[in-house]
Amino acid sequence: MDILVQQLINGLVLGSVYALIALGYTMVYGILELINFAHGEITMIGAMIAVATIGALSGGALPIPVILFTGLVAAMAGCMALGYVIERIAYRPLRHAPRLAPLITAIGVSIVLQNIAMLIWGRQYIAFPPVLPQGWHTLLGARITDLQVAILVTALVLMLVLDLLVHRTRLGRAMRATAQSIPLAGLMGINGNRIISITFLIGSALAAISGFMVSAYYGLAHYYMGFLLGLKAFSAAVLGGIGNIRGAMLGGLLLGIIESLGAGYIGTLTHGVIGSNYQDVFAFFVLITVLILRPSGLLGAPATDRA
Amino acid sequence: MTAAMRWPVPLLLCALALSGCGQPASNGKTVIKIGSASPLTGPQAHLGKDNENGAQLAVDEINAAGLTIGGKPCQLQLLAEDDQADPKTATTVAQQLADDGVAGVVGHLNSGATIPAAKVYSDAGIPQISPSSTATAYTRLGFRTAFRVMSNDAQQGGVLGQYAVQTLGARRIAIIDDRTAYGQGLADEFARAAGAAGAQIVAREYTTDHATDFLAILTSIKAQDPQLVFFGGMDPQAGPLARQMRQIGLNAQLLGGDGMQTEQFIRLAGNAATGAIASTPGLPLATMPGGRQFESRFTARFGPVQNYAPYAYDAVYVLVDAMKRAGSADPARYLAQLPSTDYQGVTGRIRFDAHGDLSSGNITLYKVEGGHWVPLQTLHSHS
Repeated sequence: MDILVQQLINGLVLGSVYALIALGYTMVYGILELINFAHGEITMIGAMIAVATIGALSGGALPIPVILFTGLVAAMAGCMALGYVIERIAYRPLRHAPRLAPLITAIGVSIVLQNIAMLIWGRQYIAFPPVLPQGWHTLLGARITDLQVAILVTALVLMLVLDLLVHRTRLGRAMRATAQSIPLAGLMGINGNRIISITFLIGSALAAISGFMVSAYYGLAHYYMGFLLGLKAFSAAVLGGIGNIRGAMLGGLLLGIIESLGAGYIGTLTHGVIGSNYQDVFAFFVLITVLILRPSGLLGAPATDRA
Repeated sequence: MTAAMRWPVPLLLCALALSGCGQPASNGKTVIKIGSASPLTGPQAHLGKDNENGAQLAVDEINAAGLTIGGKPCQLQLLAEDDQADPKTATTVAQQLADDGVAGVVGHLNSGATIPAAKVYSDAGIPQISPSSTATAYTRLGFRTAFRVMSNDAQQGGVLGQYAVQTLGARRIAIIDDRTAYGQGLADEFARAAGAAGAQIVAREYTTDHATDFLAILTSIKAQDPQLVFFGGMDPQAGPLARQMRQIGLNAQLLGGDGMQTEQFIRLAGNAATGAIASTPGLPLATMPGGRQFESRFTARFGPVQNYAPYAYDAVYVLVDAMKRAGSADPARYLAQLPSTDYQGVTGRIRFDAHGDLSSGNITLYKVEGGHWVPLQTLHSHS
């Protein structure tokens, strides 16, 4: 019993991080129908900036919460600037080009970002400075650490705030209108370019927070970490229905739990025929099954509810 | 110089090139190309660069001291290639080195890359010395060109398995490997030796060489309540693995091989590294016959030694030693001299058995205490 609860907790924390990154994919896709493959790398840059900043400050006299907060703010500022610049120089000139062009550009941007990060921070895994709380609590016989609680709560609050922003505010309404049609939204007095920039800013800020959380959670950052993370989050977005914000949240949480349970039980269920090395296969198998049965994803709806 | 005098020079160059001695450098010395193949990008780039640096140091020292082979002044040139720790890329890189006319290769870092590349070098007749690949299969492929200056997994895994049961007293053991040729090979040999020594393998779990999340498999393992967790893999995984063991409260002894016995492991694992035990073939750098001097020379140029640099360094010297004895840098000529190598290197006395493995290797166990790897004891293996 406690093992099952432990696997669910592990999966939920992992999934909440996937969900935050998936939101960045899904928001951009909702508006531009562009799969921004550089998003995983923005997450990585966020992690790198956070680790570097916290590492530089942790020798000094500042209290730990201030150091962590500074690291987070630096990561967010860096990623938001990066997301804005990427959209301006790499995607906007290709807005009316054939759809394949921005897609290939996105892959190019992600390779460029990886190499820039490699040049700045080197090829080694960088350890997250040991400034985090080590405490833990017992929940239904399983162990949940303070860090896990912090990640889960932060992610859920951010998702709630984003959902309110998109569905309850003027800006959100403008985003949803732009998602339906950029020219038509323009006729209503909505500046499409401004909304697209804001979308990239929000997505990049969420990516920075996710990058911070991932590096804190696993205790490391690396220039290559964005690739798999981005792939998983993209899958989560597709699982939930790409373009759909609540779908990305659901898809992320589900993918995390499926992965965790898959890796934890696949060996026992198949009597060792298929081992835990197939955990990624298991997650993608579920993804394919869902897509066969529901090609637009779990919550994928026709174009009306995209943002 | 007259027109008649100009012709013989290029002809002489051609003749030299055809004889396998490479091209003369501008200073009149014959250039002998040595290949170095290891991952220079990706998660293991720090280890790959370390190997390249080790080989580079040897090449520079040999050149500085002056090299004469078969009475001719020669100069070494290192060609470093990036195999990305990837089996497919490794064969491409190997072919490239063969096409570039290298006389010998120091590489690759990973068993998974070394093994497919070995076929390419064998077909080209180029001697290959891996400084760090430990998968037993590498020297069992029947290639005359395959050598290594590192104990293999059968030797290392066997020693670790016995040590876990007999010295650490573990009766219930869980095993994780990263499914690479290295990790799997080491874990299999460990499982065999530990089982033979009377321990029970209560869990066998797997991960990949890109993973950072091990909570799911560790949670399954915790349910089996093992006294010892053995990890077959490299430091980028071992570090977070140690952290996550601590995180979920799995209080078992962590034991691993040479891929984990690095400073990087301690940095990545943080406090959770304390108490971990890992082995490395050979002797501690400080107790190697030429370890101290090597370390100071290496550190002055490249920074701290990661792990295998001394072995890459020795591998270059072993190649050159065979060339000197053969009086030729032509692979077809000096390959025959490699099996009879008896060279006193930085890492110890290097002699090969019939397979191309070290005929007797030392395996040293280390434990993390106070943020450093502290040598526990050195055990002996025989092929």
